[in-house]
Amino acid sequence: MSELLRIENLHVSVGEKELLHGINLTVNSGEVHAIMGVNGAGKSTLLHTIMGNPAYTVTEGHIFFRGEDITDLTTDKRARKGIFLSFQSPVSVAGITTENFIRTAKSIISGKQQRLFPFKRLMKQRMTELAMDESYAGRYLNDGFSGGERKKNEILQMRILDPALAMLDETDSGLDVDAVRIVADNIRKYHTENNALIMITHLNQLLKFVPPDKVHVLIGGRIVKEGGAELVDEIEDHGFDAFKSEV
Amino acid sequence: MADTKKRSEVSDINRSIYDIKDEVSYSYKADTGLTEEIIREISAKKEEPEWMLKKRLQALKIYNELDIPPWMPDISELDMGHIDTYVRPKTDMKARWEDLPENIRDTFDRLGIPEAEKKSLAGVGAQYDSEVVYHNIQKELEEQGVIYVDFETAVKKYEHLVRPYFGTLITPSYHKFAALHYAVWSGGSFVYVPKGVHVNMPLQSYFRLNAPGAGQFEHTLIIVEEGADCHFIEGCSAPRYNVANLHAGAVELFVKKGATLRYSTIENWSKNMYNLNTKKAVVGEGGHMIWVSGSFGSHVSCLYPDTVLRGDNSTCEFTGITFAGKGQCLDTGAKVEAYGKNTSININSKSISKGGGEAVYRSVVHIGPHAEGAKGAISCESLMLDDESRSDTIPDIIIENDDIDLGHEATIGRIPDEDIYYLMSRGLSEEDAKAMLVRGFAEPISKELPLEYAVEMNRLINLEFEGAIG
Repeated sequence: MSELLRIENLHVSVGEKELLHGINLTVNSGEVHAIMGVNGAGKSTLLHTIMGNPAYTVTEGHIFFRGEDITDLTTDKRARKGIFLSFQSPVSVAGITTENFIRTAKSIISGKQQRLFPFKRLMKQRMTELAMDESYAGRYLNDGFSGGERKKNEILQMRILDPALAMLDETDSGLDVDAVRIVADNIRKYHTENNALIMITHLNQLLKFVPPDKVHVLIGGRIVKEGGAELVDEIEDHGFDAFKSEV
Repeated sequence: MADTKKRSEVSDINRSIYDIKDEVSYSYKADTGLTEEIIREISAKKEEPEWMLKKRLQALKIYNELDIPPWMPDISELDMGHIDTYVRPKTDMKARWEDLPENIRDTFDRLGIPEAEKKSLAGVGAQYDSEVVYHNIQKELEEQGVIYVDFETAVKKYEHLVRPYFGTLITPSYHKFAALHYAVWSGGSFVYVPKGVHVNMPLQSYFRLNAPGAGQFEHTLIIVEEGADCHFIEGCSAPRYNVANLHAGAVELFVKKGATLRYSTIENWSKNMYNLNTKKAVVGEGGHMIWVSGSFGSHVSCLYPDTVLRGDNSTCEFTGITFAGKGQCLDTGAKVEAYGKNTSININSKSISKGGGEAVYRSVVHIGPHAEGAKGAISCESLMLDDESRSDTIPDIIIENDDIDLGHEATIGRIPDEDIYYLMSRGLSEEDAKAMLVRGFAEPISKELPLEYAVEMNRLINLEFEGAIG
C-alpha cells in the first residue's frame, strides 16, 4: 500500500473567511475513506480544495499527491494526475454531448486519443452497468437530466476515466434506494488495490454498501475524531452532537 | 515549452490559409476613387447593354446624394477616394479548374473549394476580386432548366430573366452602399430554378478578394419559381492587408409560391474589411425563406438580411452567429416585413464577443396592418468572454394589427466560472474548457451550417482561444 494523498496542516479561506483550520489527512491506495459531518462543516470545501477549485484559497499547509506537492497546480493538471471529483451539483452544458465530453476527457487524461467505435462500446457497457438509458450518451451534458441522472453520470465518468483517487461529494443524496445500490455496485467494481476513494456524506446510505476503512469526523473546519467503520454506526445512533464537545 | 511556442505564433496561425497573398497582377485597373468616367469604363469593359450603364450612372447620382446612415458603426477610416473600385484579374472565366492560372487555382485549392465540389455540391462559382473566374453546374440540373452562371453572362445571355428583377428588390436608394453597389457592381451569381424543380445538392459561390485596397461588389440574384427548391451557399474570404478593403455586395432573392430557398453564408473576411452587404428576399404564398449566417471576419460588418413575407402563409427563418474578436465591430441581425396573412417568423441569433470585440444585434420586425395571424419567435443570446468586450441588442418591433403572436427573448451573459472549473476537473485546460463551452453555445447554429463550414467554425473558435489565456 503506497501513499496517494497527504494533506498537511491545510488552512483554506474564501475571501476573508477561513473555512478549514489545519486539516491533516493521509490516503493510501487500496483504502476507502469516509468524511462525515453536518452541513457546513467544511466537507465539500476540503474536496474542492484537493481538486483545486480557484474559489478556495490555501493560506497555509500543503497537499501532496504521490509525494509531489500539488498545492499550486491548476485543476486540469490535478485531474491529469489521476484525481477525480464526483460533484454534488454537476453543471449542465448545452451543445456538448455527454459522449463527446467524456471521450474528450478520457483522451486527455489517458494521453491516448480515444477512437470512436471502441469508445462507444466502452460507454455502452458502462452505461448498462449503471442502468442508464443509452440515449443519455447523445444528449447534451446533464442538460435536462434529473438530480439522480446527474449523479449516475458522475459515476459513469469515474468508471470511464478510472482515476487513482476518486472523491465522491454526497453522491447518495437525491438517489432512490435502487439507484444507491446500483451506484454502490459500480463503486465496488471501480475500487482496486491500486486506487482509493474519499466519500463524503451526511447520510450513510452509501456507506452500508461500501464500508469505509477509515472515517473522519469533520466539524467546524477541523477533524475532531478518526476511526474505523464502527464510527458510522456510532454517528447513526447518537448523531454528531456527541463530537461537538471535542471541538 | 510547446505551449509557449504556440502562443507566440497564434496571430499568424489564425488565418494562415486565408492570408497567403497572391502576387498582384492585373490586366486592367481602373483609377482609384469613384467618378462617372470610371463607371463608363467598367461598363465598356464588360460590353454591357445600354440599360445597365444607365442604371449604373443613375445609382452613382443617388450615391453622391445620400448620406451614410447615422446609426452605423464608425466607418470614418473608409475613404472611397482611395478604394480601387474595379480590379480585373488576368484570366477569362473557365469551366475547368485546370484551366485557371496556377496562382488563382492554388488559392481556391487551399480553401478546399474544388474538393468540396467533387464531394457535395451541385454547382460552384468562384469569384476572384471583381470577376467570376470559374463556374460549373451539374449536367442533370442544366437539363432540367436550372441556370447557374456568373452575373456578367446572365446580363447578356438571360436578359429576359435578369432585367425584370435586377435592382427591383434592393433599389439603389435603399441606402448609400446599395447605391454604390449598383454603380460599380461586378461579378456575382445568377440562379434560376424553374417551376417544380428540386435542386438536391447545394450550389456554392465562393468570393475571394485578393487585391489590397480593393472593393468587391458582386451581385447575386436568385429566382426560385413556384414549388421549386434550392440551397445556395456563399463563402467569403480575403488575405489581410494594411489598407482597408470594402465589400458591398447585393443579394436579391425571389421565392415564389410554395417555393423554398435556403441561403447559407459564411463570411470570414480579413480584419481590414468593411463588410457593408445588403441582402433581401421576397416570399410568395406558402413559400419558405431560410437564412443561415455565420459572421466571423471583417473589421466592421453591417449585415441584416431582409425578408418580405408578401404571400399568405409564407415563412421566414433566420439563424445567425457572430463572433467579434479584437478590433472588430460586427453589427448584424435581421429584418422581416410581414404583409401576407398567417405568416411565420423565426429569428435565432447568437453572438460572441472577445478581446475588446463589439457584437451588436440589430433587428426590425414589422408586421403590417393586414398581416393578421402572424406568429413569431425572436431569440438573441450574447456571450461576452471578458470585461473589455461589448455586446448590444437593439431590437425594433413594429406591430400594426391585433391578431398576432410574437415572442422576444434576449440574454447577455458570460461563461460561468463553475462551468469552466467542472470541465477542468475532467482534465481540460482552461483554454480548451472555454473553447468547448463556446462551441456548445454556438452548436444550435453550427449544426445548421454545411458540414465543412461547421468544422471550419469550430476550428476558428479553437484558434481564437489558443494562447489567449495565461
